[in-house]
Amino acid sequence: MTDRTHTTAVNDTTGAPLWLLAELTYRCPLQCAYCSNPLDFAAVKEELSTEEWMGVLAQARAMGAVQIGFSGGEPLVRQDLETLVAEARRLGFYTNLITSGLGLDEARIKALHAAGLDHIQISLQASDPDVAAAVAGSPKAHAKKLAMARAVKAAGYPMVLNVVLHRHNIDRIDDIIALCDELGADAVELANCQMYGWAHLNREGLLPSHEQLESAEATTARWRERLAERGRDMRLLFVVPDYYAERPKACMGGWGAIFMTVAPDGAVLPCHSARMLPMSFPNVRERGLHEIWYDSEPFNRYRGDGWMREPCRSCDERHKDVGGCRCQAYLLTGDATATDPVCSLSPDHHLIEAARRQAEHGERPMADLTLRNVHESRIFCRA
Amino acid sequence: MMDMIESTSIYRLRPGWRLQWEEAQGRHVLLYPEGMVQLNDSAGAILTQLDGQRDVAGVVANLQARFADAPAAEIERDVHEFLLDAARQGWIRHD
Repeated sequence: MTDRTHTTAVNDTTGAPLWLLAELTYRCPLQCAYCSNPLDFAAVKEELSTEEWMGVLAQARAMGAVQIGFSGGEPLVRQDLETLVAEARRLGFYTNLITSGLGLDEARIKALHAAGLDHIQISLQASDPDVAAAVAGSPKAHAKKLAMARAVKAAGYPMVLNVVLHRHNIDRIDDIIALCDELGADAVELANCQMYGWAHLNREGLLPSHEQLESAEATTARWRERLAERGRDMRLLFVVPDYYAERPKACMGGWGAIFMTVAPDGAVLPCHSARMLPMSFPNVRERGLHEIWYDSEPFNRYRGDGWMREPCRSCDERHKDVGGCRCQAYLLTGDATATDPVCSLSPDHHLIEAARRQAEHGERPMADLTLRNVHESRIFCRA
Repeated sequence: MMDMIESTSIYRLRPGWRLQWEEAQGRHVLLYPEGMVQLNDSAGAILTQLDGQRDVAGVVANLQARFADAPAAEIERDVHEFLLDAARQGWIRHD
């Protein structure tokens, strides 16, 4: 990147939360088996009110947050979405709506546009209705999504499509990219599903084999060449699953570094997965965002490198990858301070290798996936 | 694709992108879907000039007037180089 010539260096002391993810609700008409919402989402009953969200937006913006993602669950379930978007835009946020497309219609697209919404990202499950239905638990969703993707494009929005890849759809990546091309996408995130939340629960049924992954990457590379030849500007972003990386990602750019999630009930998290860690997070109903971000124990717990253990503690790369992901470390080892087992230097890396081996053989039918819904969630709810 | 900047071209930000002064960061930023480019002073000064009506010559003239102490030829070169790079990266487009 030539960014360096035109941009200023970003310092590495605790800065502002530049990114606010507003998870408006855990309610969703779909039941995706890889949903990143917590397993016990059904235990969350009292969503923040419109007024409470207004307060969150104002506080976050005053702290320097500038990108906002309205997410969920399905954010369109909230009838005050347009009101919140308008307020966020008025405050100077760049407003992103991250949606399944269900609940969207021409009237709401118009209303969101009038509210000043900057961008809509629609997720697709697959290129064909059958796989989409099996993974998301809704037979009619696919056609509706395609119609809404077209309507969003027609309304003049930059169209970013997000396709979560897993072992049941990754072999059809050629069709998936062709579909995105036909829809007129400006960018496509081909995001291999990461193993958190419901995806972790369904890991065996979702993780692709190494061969599947390599083939999909090769297909994506061929598409990039073809698109370039046609002069077609559609960016393809291929996100490799952590389980096939040799080094961990610098998760969220670091714990409490630039990213903040506010959950439907007002819990404030350093990322949308962190809720399942064995710690309790502060809530905007009890404390101000500024105090939560800068002074609360949970947000400071994994900042810097003082919390690290070996092999991270003495590793030259510890500031590059910040020890990887705390959630992944906890999910795999039961210890959130462990090195992310994705790292080949981790003493627990064999867990990743075992999962890869498991992905090599055995067909796991899609029907075996546990769908994310209220009924299944109650099993994980503890009083 | 493009290797030089025409003085009569009118550049504008890529549709859906937004240039904004961020008080908290003390700089201009370029905002786009789920991302942000943090700009240095000269990049911010140049992009602020792209109002959808002013052509490249106009941008150069304005900046030369504003930074009268700097050599005029240098400003012109800086503007052309920046616009070329910004166009290559897809930040800006012209009609």
